[in-house]
Amino acid sequence: MKYNENYVIELIVNNHPGVMSHIVGLFSRRAFNLEGILCLRIDEGNTSRMYLLVKNDDRTEQILKQLEKLYDVIRVSLHTEEECPVFNTLH
Amino acid sequence: MYGCTKKGGTAEIINFVLSWTEFFIFEFILIYGGIFIMKLTGADITIKLLEKCGIDVIAGIPGGTNLPLYDSLFKSDIKHVLARHEQGAAFIAQGIARSTGKAAVCFATSGPGATNLLTAIADAKLDSVPIIAITGQVPYSYMGTDSFQEVDIYGLTIPITKHNFLVRSVEQLFHVIPEAFRIAESGRQGPVLVDIPKDIQNTEFEFDEWPDIERFSEKCDFDIDESLIKKAAKMINEAERPILYVGGGITNSDCGKDLHKFAEKNNIPVTSTLMGLGNFPIDNPLFLGMLGMHGARYTNLLLNKADLLLAFGVRFDDRAIGNVNKFCPDAEIIHVDIDDAEIDKIKKSHLSICGDVQSVLNKIITLIEKNERKDWLGYIEDLKREKPMVFPSKDKYFHPINIIKNISGLVEKDTIITTDVGQHQMWTAQAYPITAPRTFLTSGGLGTMGFGLPTAIGAAIANPDKQVVCFSGDGSFLMNIQELATLADLNLNIKIIILNNGHLGLVRQQQQLFYNEHYMASKFITRPDFAKISEGFGIKGYNIKNDDENLMEILKDIFAEDGPVLVNIPIDNFENVFPMIPPGGGISEMVGGE
Repeated sequence: MKYNENYVIELIVNNHPGVMSHIVGLFSRRAFNLEGILCLRIDEGNTSRMYLLVKNDDRTEQILKQLEKLYDVIRVSLHTEEECPVFNTLH
Repeated sequence: MYGCTKKGGTAEIINFVLSWTEFFIFEFILIYGGIFIMKLTGADITIKLLEKCGIDVIAGIPGGTNLPLYDSLFKSDIKHVLARHEQGAAFIAQGIARSTGKAAVCFATSGPGATNLLTAIADAKLDSVPIIAITGQVPYSYMGTDSFQEVDIYGLTIPITKHNFLVRSVEQLFHVIPEAFRIAESGRQGPVLVDIPKDIQNTEFEFDEWPDIERFSEKCDFDIDESLIKKAAKMINEAERPILYVGGGITNSDCGKDLHKFAEKNNIPVTSTLMGLGNFPIDNPLFLGMLGMHGARYTNLLLNKADLLLAFGVRFDDRAIGNVNKFCPDAEIIHVDIDDAEIDKIKKSHLSICGDVQSVLNKIITLIEKNERKDWLGYIEDLKREKPMVFPSKDKYFHPINIIKNISGLVEKDTIITTDVGQHQMWTAQAYPITAPRTFLTSGGLGTMGFGLPTAIGAAIANPDKQVVCFSGDGSFLMNIQELATLADLNLNIKIIILNNGHLGLVRQQQQLFYNEHYMASKFITRPDFAKISEGFGIKGYNIKNDDENLMEILKDIFAEDGPVLVNIPIDNFENVFPMIPPGGGISEMVGGE
């Protein structure tokens, strides 16, 4: 299997002012690395789609589990950068 | 479902049982377009929803921004307990929640009232305790302007709650309040904070129906993979030296009896974390006592001999397992926990099942064989004799372990014990015969000094038929001593035992063992007169003298009295808790206690 340096985590989250704090707070307090964030509201503003760029390390699974536990996180999916090149044009 | 009233909507018959409160609210029900409409303020709605969620007591302190809530409480049957510090209020809620397993509520005003809750909320998070903190907030239009007593309690509590809400409209209360209970009590339990701006508490709102409240009581349905159950049973049947390592998850799943049957059937020895004590009969030969930093020698040594570790309802906390790389090196691990994020967080398991530990136990038990395990149990008996838990000789009446043991003989078996944090806490865990879950309330994860007294008050409120004993130290007790006033208000049957060594004992012990006896800031210059302080609050207080020859007689008389009493007992200032795993050490690298 090809080694991927980075992963993209895609989230569907409830859209209200506290959600961003819940997600970035998780990364800082659990000392997970976060390389990039993209977020935009969808579904007439009820939810948002969020992309998180994370370094691939042995904690990726723990990050996903912690994200799934957040009340406002509706869906979590993991992609390679190739599958989900949303950050590639921003460099 | 609730719904805003729309003109011409269906008439709903509101079949209330007309209690006094509801009678009062009934006055607000107007006839509007031929249908019943209720018009209540956000505060009234909040209190009514709390009643509907089964809350009959709330601990808290009023202030500027939660006054509307208190005004609504005035009309309610809910009993209010006025704490003397918000941390006390939240620990009173914890005492109720920890002793009953059900969510309990505390109130605080905005700003300092809210920040004073933080320690107790964090404590509830680490020990998975369902409390709901409801804070007043400055009016929504003032938020973000640094107005008087404004603090971002929503932001502050994100990392220490299971979830939190900032209520932005009165309608949201109908969803948020019942949801707070569901979140707090479901799955892995935990604290929830609800922040309600004052203007929302005051806003009047018309509606025609209360939401259906189903207090979360049934267990989550987890789809447990049967193939994992089979594999787990196979691993257990094939293991030669299995050990069950159990914790607070057993208490929260209420499955001590299932665990007992499970262990008996296959003869698997059981060790418990601090949080799991009380779930397994202590006189059963399969019981190995508490593991970890202050566990018995044989217990910790045996763990490293195991070939299979059944980690059920535990989270591999460093105080329980010591250095993770030196823990159970030869064992395969089966990890069962209700919180998927705990699995493989610290120690990689060979097989894991995310689910309610009771259902997992009851599924696996049908597949495990009866096994005498003569060799393994024989080895354990030998090691128990060879490396026993060393207790002081019984004639040392003032040894803290003997004080604790002797007190256990003066109280009923179902007495609820609370502790503060430090040496007295570990001595209690080591020596007190804890025979039932939810009777030993202690701050395990956060290790909060000041926990004992307010938690004892909460436990006594929720269990009026039981005795409550709070073991504390002279350091810890000062940290929430103001709650003696709350105790005096309520005149609860709580006995407070202060094991007084004039030090921050566990700090002093570490300085003695690991910092070249540099006793920096661990010895108290002032030794307060605890009996006098207690009397000052209107609670009987006794200072025992260290040359009192009849300590047992004095204690016997004190425990025969009803109502609150404080007993201050001097102990050797240099007594240590042994054995001890040095910080960073492996579980078998204990010092002392031989």
